[in-house]
Amino acid sequence: MTTMTTCGEYKDLDIQNPVFKVLRRERIPHIWCPGCGIGTSLNCFARALAGCGLNLDKVAVVSGIGCTGRVAGYLNLDSFHTTHGRAIPFATGLKLGNPELNVVVYSGDGDLFAIGGNHFFHAARRNMDLLVVCVNNYTYGMTGGQVAPTTPLGPTQTTMPYGNFEPSFNLPFVADACGATYVARWTIYHVRQLAKAMEEGLLKKGLRFIEVLCPCPTLYSRRNKLGDGVDQVKYYKEKSVIKHGADTKEAQLTFQGEIIVGKFVDRERPTWLESMNKHLCAALGDSYAPYGS
Amino acid sequence: MKADPKGVLTGVHFMDGDHAACEGAIAAGCRFAAGYPITPSTEVVERFAARIPKVGGVFIQMEDEIASSIAIQGAAWAGKKVMSVTSGPGLSLMMEHIGFAVWTETPSVWVDVQRCGPSTGLPTQPAQQDMQQIKWGSHGDYEIIALSPNSPQECFDLMITAFNLSETYRCPVFFMMDEVVGHMTERVEIPPADKIEVTPRKYTNKKPSEFTLYATTQDDLAPEMIKAGDGYKIHTTGLTHDDRGYPVMTAAAQKKMMDRLIEKIRRNLHKLVDVRMDNCDGADIVVVSYGITSRIAQAAIDEARAKGLKVGHARLVICWPFPESLFREMASKIKAFVFPELNMGQMVRELDRAVSGKARIIPVPHAGGTVHEPEIILNAILEAVR
Amino acid sequence: MAKTEIRIGGLGGQGVILCASVIGKAASIYEGKHATLIQAFGPEARGSACSAQVTVSDSVIGYPYVTNLDILAVMSQDAYNLFAPTLKPGGTLLYEEELVKLGDSLPEGVKTYPIPATRLAEEVGRRLVLNIVMTGFFAGVTGLCSFEAFRSATLDSVPKGTEDLNLKALQKGYEHGTKLIAAT
Repeated sequence: MTTMTTCGEYKDLDIQNPVFKVLRRERIPHIWCPGCGIGTSLNCFARALAGCGLNLDKVAVVSGIGCTGRVAGYLNLDSFHTTHGRAIPFATGLKLGNPELNVVVYSGDGDLFAIGGNHFFHAARRNMDLLVVCVNNYTYGMTGGQVAPTTPLGPTQTTMPYGNFEPSFNLPFVADACGATYVARWTIYHVRQLAKAMEEGLLKKGLRFIEVLCPCPTLYSRRNKLGDGVDQVKYYKEKSVIKHGADTKEAQLTFQGEIIVGKFVDRERPTWLESMNKHLCAALGDSYAPYGS
Repeated sequence: MKADPKGVLTGVHFMDGDHAACEGAIAAGCRFAAGYPITPSTEVVERFAARIPKVGGVFIQMEDEIASSIAIQGAAWAGKKVMSVTSGPGLSLMMEHIGFAVWTETPSVWVDVQRCGPSTGLPTQPAQQDMQQIKWGSHGDYEIIALSPNSPQECFDLMITAFNLSETYRCPVFFMMDEVVGHMTERVEIPPADKIEVTPRKYTNKKPSEFTLYATTQDDLAPEMIKAGDGYKIHTTGLTHDDRGYPVMTAAAQKKMMDRLIEKIRRNLHKLVDVRMDNCDGADIVVVSYGITSRIAQAAIDEARAKGLKVGHARLVICWPFPESLFREMASKIKAFVFPELNMGQMVRELDRAVSGKARIIPVPHAGGTVHEPEIILNAILEAVR
Repeated sequence: MAKTEIRIGGLGGQGVILCASVIGKAASIYEGKHATLIQAFGPEARGSACSAQVTVSDSVIGYPYVTNLDILAVMSQDAYNLFAPTLKPGGTLLYEEELVKLGDSLPEGVKTYPIPATRLAEEVGRRLVLNIVMTGFFAGVTGLCSFEAFRSATLDSVPKGTEDLNLKALQKGYEHGTKLIAAT
């Protein structure tokens, strides 16, 4: 009889899941709740890593704090679980400290866009060479379901006990406006598209931004009577409309409303390091040796 | 290891403390700095931004001090020697990341050109009001190292020591300047690179499969390091972690980590004493001071000696860890300590704790904004002999 | 333990700090003395009051601020009004004679040395080198360091391409100073 281990390895067969090599299997089982979509996003990312052809010694992942912040701990890469909101500036230092690294920031909506919002804006403005994956579950999961800057108008959160009245960010629009070179949104229903976007993101330069919509059944769904994780995936399936190249202004999310997904932005801009090197070569001539080359 | 000559501006200069601190950092091997403009520290990073492209390194002006104080830590894990530079309100914003550097054991130098607070206070005027903040400002318990230069020459010389200590102990090291020292211009002699000893990062020789990120030996409680991209695939976290850097949410793991990180410094207290003593043997009164105040105190001490008083001067160059045993022993041999500081009494608390009543202590506090009048310190000395 | 306490005062943009810096450099780098320069930091702007303090000593300098002002050099009326009363009795005042009018607030016995520094700077070629004329004047009147030390310190401090102009300015001020001293 074929036996499967807890993390999906077939002991007596000579086959191996391609994502094994990119996961720290000794750390699994993970901490996420049943029905949570972060693990699905991680699986997509693991597939993108396994398939992208990059030397994984040179790929590093940085997370902030929160449920998604734990992603760094499960990836078999140089991985850094930093402080709340500060994954992007840490990653900025990491990238500039060793420009041959491909640095990925993987964190949640509260971490990246509430406490860490300013850092995102500036990293995108500078076109820092980072892939930023934002798992958006519309809430603060780790702390028990408080309102986030991505919570749509309407749903109840512990700190919006009568329903949220604060407008939310339209993240692709924010990323686009700040200058990101790649902007996409997918849900964890769209596993193939998401994995492909992540692979594209890994191989592109500049500040690349991928928003991943993801259920939080324990807090967001339960408190708003949205069913379990599967019900949310059904909602993603039914209400998602793929519109590649859509104007990001039109990508605003609403409570259980239509979801525009797809690749919205794909453009070229010099990265911060490219700009610095080009500029300093011109300004300083022979006394400047391009940094990181 | 000797300093890389590319970064050493050998020669005699007429330079202010901020610029000298920057030259010290570059000579020590600092190749990444992040900062945010704030008076009176800005000149340090202005000079770094101008100098580092020609040496081979990066400066980035981040969006705030929170970002600066964590960007340097990313760069440290990428293999760079790093510093951030700030003053007053900027230091307050950095507090959380002191703890991150302590807990992840990230070598880093934090320059604080102290100005007068609290809040915006007197941005262009001196103080020594951040001395306890750096030790206790981040939540949780921790040990750090702090040095206090009293001249532009020392801004250069001691900065090299600061970088070396941060590599040896893998902890944040604070460089506690003040507005006067930062903005004071004096002769600064920068020696040739082969006369400057720098401590290289303690990279492991082990293969990735044999390497454990936070494994230490009984002899050396500071672990070996790696740099991201070399195939070690490490994990580190601000959570309490085990030797692999993996989170472990237990009191036992917490105790193990805390004990080692505290012990890493406390066990080496004897190596971390740098008190410049001037006629303390046989003195009746010893004036304790650090930073700019040591120079003001010297004027008062000279006058007191001219009156025939036996006054010693003990200047703290390393302020943290505080040299407790040195002062405990000294206390039984003298009548009193006089301790002027440009604050309402911060390091004098440490002295008080060390001396535990064995000698009289006369604090000479100051609200900040300028330096002491030497007469005030002299009066304290005169009171001490009475 | 010879110690000389100096203050240079003028307006932002006149080159007050550079003047002080050349004096400090001449003393500490080219003459083997100790020197400490402290600039008044504030929201400085072109045209506002600006001053710098230099202490020059044969031995190590502790207290870095000027408390017993030996020499004051001023290039603006405001600086004169503010700092002249802080000169020690018998101290030395150097002043730009077309920009500063002496009042009656001078301490007893102060020796005063006027110079038309702006006009001399114009004669040299640019009004901008007023501060270096003043520096040369300082060198000539005070004899604090050798002219050679001032010359080296000036060369070391001015922008590349302006060395000749500045050395001429230094020389001009110096000669004016030595002439005044010879006449007294």
